[in-house]
Amino acid sequence: MNNELAKKIILPMFVFIALLSVWSMIANSVDDFPTPTDTYVAAFGGTNVDGDEITGVLSDPFYIENQDDKGLFWQILESLKRVFGGFALAIIVGVPLGLFIGMSKNAQYAFDPFIQIFKPVSPLAWLPLLLFIFQDINMTAISTIFITSIWPIIINTALGVRSVNEDYMNVAKVLQFNPLEKVVQIILPVAVPFIFTGMRLSLGIAWLVIVAAEMLTGGIGIGFWIWDEYNNLAYHNIIIGIIIVGLVGFLLDLIMGQVADFFDYKKRGRA
Amino acid sequence: MGKHKFLYLEKVEKSFPVPGKESYVAVTDIDLEIKKNEIISIIGHSGCGKSTLLNMISGLDMQTDGYIFLKGKEIKGPGPDRAVVFQNHSLLPWLSVYKNIAMAVKKVMPELSSSELRARVEKYISMVNLEHAKDKRPDEISGGMKQRVGIARALSINPDVLLMDEPFGALDSLTRANLQEHLMRIQKSVENTVIIITHDIDEAVLLSDRVIMMTNGPSATIGEILEVNLERPRKRVELQHDKEYIRCREAILNFLYEKFAKEDE
Repeated sequence: MNNELAKKIILPMFVFIALLSVWSMIANSVDDFPTPTDTYVAAFGGTNVDGDEITGVLSDPFYIENQDDKGLFWQILESLKRVFGGFALAIIVGVPLGLFIGMSKNAQYAFDPFIQIFKPVSPLAWLPLLLFIFQDINMTAISTIFITSIWPIIINTALGVRSVNEDYMNVAKVLQFNPLEKVVQIILPVAVPFIFTGMRLSLGIAWLVIVAAEMLTGGIGIGFWIWDEYNNLAYHNIIIGIIIVGLVGFLLDLIMGQVADFFDYKKRGRA
Repeated sequence: MGKHKFLYLEKVEKSFPVPGKESYVAVTDIDLEIKKNEIISIIGHSGCGKSTLLNMISGLDMQTDGYIFLKGKEIKGPGPDRAVVFQNHSLLPWLSVYKNIAMAVKKVMPELSSSELRARVEKYISMVNLEHAKDKRPDEISGGMKQRVGIARALSINPDVLLMDEPFGALDSLTRANLQEHLMRIQKSVENTVIIITHDIDEAVLLSDRVIMMTNGPSATIGEILEVNLERPRKRVELQHDKEYIRCREAILNFLYEKFAKEDE
């Protein structure tokens, strides 16, 4: 094993231990705050502080008791469905719009102020309005994700288009490419890595938004599950929820990064 | 009118608007006739509008006054009949050498079958001796090789005129000499009309039938036209003591550094 890799594995252990001690300190000073051990038991099962034998929430994530009582796997799956729904919509609308804004100065002038105004609006501000429009949990969550995660896609796509070298466009002009050929043969190869950077940021935002959205809309999903556990006074499950949300988000980002590299001509294997 | 001439520039002027002031005239009063299969160099100090002139012939830039005719037709925009070799090669970095050329051929000659396409692309790759690099991408080959691909790509679409904007300007002098040899050898076999923008006196004399010398801008125009009466093929080393070669060199030197010397700004 090389030195660099060993460091990458060992050094985080120290931080992990430090985090556990801070956590224990908080648990000691806040009443009813679960300790790391409580949380571990709540997750994987064992004997809890009251001496009862319990099964952890992670020991059977696939159970289905009834429509409203399902294992964690189903909660996450439900959240992911909404995330990918909103994310897919954001790509379908955002990429062409970004291409348009990148290729036309007039389009840029027309859209830019609104992008700048809507981009910083919190998903929580959109939520009531969208709930009022759709009166439906799924549609509200999906449209909230769409409207908050579309901005990085538009902005990065437009940036990618604008970074196309003037010389490449001159080549296209000499060869008399039509607009479609320009987009497919010149602009997209340059812009695709930028588009994927935008998509990666966007997916990150989508995953951030889903937890907040589900807390407010209720139903099923990891966000609602966390809120539900708060109402059940099961604080250890909140911590488990946080860790799961983090891990899933990390995994999504990792996958998105791999996909992005695959489409980047600078990083792809030699043709 | 230039209806019967091959390439003809008539009273061509290019000016750029300056807000609140009189417009800036880059080049003016350009009258020039270029014959088929002639090799022309355009030489001048930087800022003399020689690139502007080339861009107007390529159609990437439009003149503000005057006319440019190619084979009796007025030039109104860029087109594959006037292929351009750009100074920085302008190869698409995500395509291999082969694909860079194939892309151009496919677009300009859509009627070719896939085997004809392949044969044509390979013909031009071997013309610049790059068979070994045909599957490499631009970032994997040297600057000189990239420029050879640029030349192969430009010639592969069978243009009427080959326009070269300081094609070897970014290369070291040995690579440059090597590419000049390539160009002379290719020119012998394909016979094309070539216009080369350069600031290299030896390059101009070595390659051209005529050297167009530009006065300094603003309002730059053609100062003198020098006929280079040297037999082809030309041999760089032998020419060093050739009377005609020395005469041409001196004429250009005299023009650039005596009549139209330019101070550094």
